[in-house]
Amino acid sequence: MIQEKVAQTPAASGEAPMLLSLRKVGKVFSNGVTALSKVDLAIREGDFLSLLGPSGCGKSTALRLIAGLSTPTSGQLDWRGSIDRSNIGFVFQEPTLLPWASVFDNVWLPLRLKGVSRARAQPAVMDMLSRVHLTGFENAVPRELSGGMKMRVSIARAMVTKPRILLMDEPFAALDEITRFKLNNDLLELWQDERFTVVFVTHSVFESVFLSSRVVVMAARPGRVHGELAIEAPYPRDEAFRTSPDYAALCRQASDVLVNAINSTAGSHHDGH
Amino acid sequence: MTAIEDTALKLDPEEARRVRQERLERIGKWVLPLAIMVLAIWLWDRICVWNEIPQYILPRPGVVLQTLHNDAGLLFSSLLVTLRITFLSLLLAVIGGVGLAVLFAQSKWVEMSFFPFAIVLQVTPIVAIFPLINIYIDNQTTKLLLCAWIVAFFPILSNTTLGLNSVDRNLRDLFKLNGATRWQQLRYLRLPAAMPYFLGGLKIAGGLSLIGAVVAEFVAGAQGQSSGLASRIIEAGYRLNAPRLFAALILISLTGILIFLVLSLVSHLILRRWHESALKQER
Repeated sequence: MIQEKVAQTPAASGEAPMLLSLRKVGKVFSNGVTALSKVDLAIREGDFLSLLGPSGCGKSTALRLIAGLSTPTSGQLDWRGSIDRSNIGFVFQEPTLLPWASVFDNVWLPLRLKGVSRARAQPAVMDMLSRVHLTGFENAVPRELSGGMKMRVSIARAMVTKPRILLMDEPFAALDEITRFKLNNDLLELWQDERFTVVFVTHSVFESVFLSSRVVVMAARPGRVHGELAIEAPYPRDEAFRTSPDYAALCRQASDVLVNAINSTAGSHHDGH
Repeated sequence: MTAIEDTALKLDPEEARRVRQERLERIGKWVLPLAIMVLAIWLWDRICVWNEIPQYILPRPGVVLQTLHNDAGLLFSSLLVTLRITFLSLLLAVIGGVGLAVLFAQSKWVEMSFFPFAIVLQVTPIVAIFPLINIYIDNQTTKLLLCAWIVAFFPILSNTTLGLNSVDRNLRDLFKLNGATRWQQLRYLRLPAAMPYFLGGLKIAGGLSLIGAVVAEFVAGAQGQSSGLASRIIEAGYRLNAPRLFAALILISLTGILIFLVLSLVSHLILRRWHESALKQER
């Protein structure tokens, strides 16, 4: 595996306890496609970790493996302590809401499936709705909401069970830039309040650098970890950070690693590493 | 703001044309079919008069209306008999169709094994099956119900099956992630998702159950065992009582239209808040 020079900076959150480690994880689909090959990844408690890479690099597959929606062909996932599915929140690329159910009912759903009644779920649901700035919309149905608001409902639904780890699969890719920036800020705010762990899949260099404490760059064919970048800019990060020279420099670094990752794929059939 | 008032007052020619067009279409939607209907009835009447067609071949519309009034007692009691069969068979079609669809949804294997039988039942003409049913079943009502049910249940079964299987994959994953049981997945995800499909099937089945009931009565009525509207038609045909034949025919048509309208309304009321089909088109 190629390790970038810039990528050898040790992770900033080195002291935090390990939450999950992937050891030589591979996934081969029945059609013969190797989606992931020998992926090593250490996720620490409280990390905001982005998986950045071109399409086909297996970043979504990695997320599904972590969620337990799919099982690895080889290697293993080691969770620290016991973790069951209620400790995992998942946000899909699409809002993926129940179109017939109100905003309240959509957020209530994970609790409802665990047998929590409407009345007992009420405080948690309303609290979560206020934290994603949707107070007053609890009776609306999804089609009455904008794309950004639907995504907020989706985040509230994932967070209502207070998961220890939140997995997000390109959640803001379909939104316009202004909405995306706003959601980036609000997500960071939520993360700083609660200090859960986030694994965030994206193909945007700028988004990954703005949000993350660590960016893991992946390469395609076969999907693998190409390098890692610690984003040492302090939180809270706000609009000022978005226009700062530090941010621009970090974006350039991440972009260089990504370009290298893409080139390594293009040349992989003759340099045969 | 004056700008807003300005746009409200002075529409540009294109917008003005569009508004005019919409208004015309809204009126035309009701007026045109009614006008054509009135014209057709008037023409029907004129043809009878101009060609001096005898009443036992083609009665004038006024005579049909008169018969509808005079024979009301007879016709409406027959209508009730037909309606009873229609609604009971529709009810059974809903229970049977949804029940089977839910059963099919439990496992691909069940669906693969039994769906072909449903198709066989659907494509075999009911008139051809009836003599068999006649041999096996003695009870008149049961006989008719079974016929109407065979005709009506398939659209509900096939639509609901399609609906139960058309659930968004991510939503399925979401339920899996949250440890939903099979029952919870059915109750909170698959049944609501299948609702628009089911209602589409119900609209078709409503019409079919009436057709099924009338066809069953026809076949049974030929043996003098029925008292529904179909047997009135056969009877009137034997007696060359064309006005009554037309009156019964009109009653059946109106019933079909009414069933369709009621089911459309039910469908609209259930889906209006969330489903695309029930939303007003926005420019």
